[in-house]
Amino acid sequence: MAIVDRVGSALEHGPGRVVLSSLDALFDWARSHSQWVMPMGTACCAMEMIASFPFTKFDSDRHGVIPQADPRHADVMVVAGTITRKMQPAVIRLYEQMPDPKWVIAMGNCTVSGGIFYYDTYSVVRGVDEFLPVDVYIAGCPPRPEAVQDALMQLREKIRQESIGPNTRHVRKLTLPGPGESRASVEPSEPGEVG
Amino acid sequence: MSLQIEEQRQTEGPDGRPRQELVVNVGPSHPSTHGVGRVVVHLDGEVITKADMIIGYLHRGIEKMCENRTYLQVVPLTDRLDYVGSMYSNWAYCRAVERLAAIRVPERAEYIRVIVAEMQRIASHMMSIGSAAADTAAATLFIYSFDERERIIELFEELCGARLTYNYVRPGGVAFDLPEGWTDSVLEFTKAHRKALDLMDRMYFGNVIARGRLKGVAVLGRDDAVAWGASGPVARGSGVDWDLRKHDSYSVYPRFDFNVPIGENGDAYDRARTRLLECYESCSIIEQAIEQMPTGPHKVEGQPRLIMPRAGDAYDHIESARGSLGVYIVADGSPRPYRVKFRSPAFCNLALVPKLAVGHTLSDLVVVLGSLDPVFGEVDR
Repeated sequence: MAIVDRVGSALEHGPGRVVLSSLDALFDWARSHSQWVMPMGTACCAMEMIASFPFTKFDSDRHGVIPQADPRHADVMVVAGTITRKMQPAVIRLYEQMPDPKWVIAMGNCTVSGGIFYYDTYSVVRGVDEFLPVDVYIAGCPPRPEAVQDALMQLREKIRQESIGPNTRHVRKLTLPGPGESRASVEPSEPGEVG
Repeated sequence: MSLQIEEQRQTEGPDGRPRQELVVNVGPSHPSTHGVGRVVVHLDGEVITKADMIIGYLHRGIEKMCENRTYLQVVPLTDRLDYVGSMYSNWAYCRAVERLAAIRVPERAEYIRVIVAEMQRIASHMMSIGSAAADTAAATLFIYSFDERERIIELFEELCGARLTYNYVRPGGVAFDLPEGWTDSVLEFTKAHRKALDLMDRMYFGNVIARGRLKGVAVLGRDDAVAWGASGPVARGSGVDWDLRKHDSYSVYPRFDFNVPIGENGDAYDRARTRLLECYESCSIIEQAIEQMPTGPHKVEGQPRLIMPRAGDAYDHIESARGSLGVYIVADGSPRPYRVKFRSPAFCNLALVPKLAVGHTLSDLVVVLGSLDPVFGEVDR
């Protein structure tokens, strides 16, 4: 399965052995087992997000998932809770501060579609996928900690299938929506733009 | 975005010497603002000379949304106000509706409400003490207190199926009767919880580092607490003997024997310890309530789902984990409220940040915020 399984069997035959693999497999294996999570908790879902991180019985440390409040050290942003129009620029700025490669988990109905605040409020963004490239959605108001664990496992599977080439989906240009324009222009960048 | 320098400028100090003023932005995404609060602090060296609290990052327009829903449909919205203590928002809203529509709640329902409210108080205080301690790098207490909170959440899940947003207290009673054997689990919990509280008291409040970090920080005088409209543990930590359960007693609280813990110095230590001592009293109230609880219906029989009170207004308040939580409803005779206003204690307590932070170092700002225990769902609404 992973490259690390072949490393073990190669070492059994003594030193100096060579393992042939693609760089993608090596990188994906490393990345998928070290997801440092930036908890972007704004509302109710943040409580369940704290509950699913290494403080209680839902221990996420065993999966290599470590909460890291600094965006510059994080790989995955878990957006947990309602994002309002006032909060939106801050979320975008924090996302831009994260180094590539980066992934986003939308936790809770508010971040999926606006949830209970979809119909008749004036200040809530209807889903973070209006301005962020979301990888995994978790439904629930709020989702259970087990659902968060499941989302992290799903994200791990997704990372394992990615290529480390420059034209991957997680390098995107982000702009704030202008007045009267709901969806931001999310365009994949040109190949070779990121070295 | 979490912590960054906004600007630097030269000013003159009170002694006439030049000094460099630094404006630093904290938040809105900072782990120790307990949500999405933002504070812009002006620093002289490391000492705060001015602090501006900026709120509104979680303004979801809940009060406006209430006007588009029927009285029963508003209850789930109140869950999302104070998401650390949803039962309180449920209960305060339902009390106001019951007063408006003249609904008499069965006695058993009142007892169930008291039990869940006191359990919620323990859960909320555990969250408050633990996260405030974690902000000052005492992460051990956070793990212990979060474990206690998790047990209450499990009991609530058994009761109403939800871990956080309960929608349990409804106008005219509660949604479901207690499951079989639930009260025994609660009694087991309170017994174990007292031991955990003893442990936490020794571990954190007896710790010389924690005492050094919290004592004498963010001192709020007795008169100031009254003048600024503080309530709950923030006021009681300053020596104000004010608890709505005792002094404007509601529901079946007059039947219970309990004390109101009061601090002396009004600093961050006293506020946090007041919360811890309140948990002992909550355990005692839960045990008394389970002992006295009568049998009978858990909600008003035959009450229509569409509540249509006559035109008028009603205000009612309860003592939430953060202070006096009031709800004001104006009705115009239609099935929907004309206006719903929440008087949230966290909002009033948070107004103290500019006053309390001045004179302390930037590192003590997290102690100031943690001791006020804001929940931004309730602050911004």
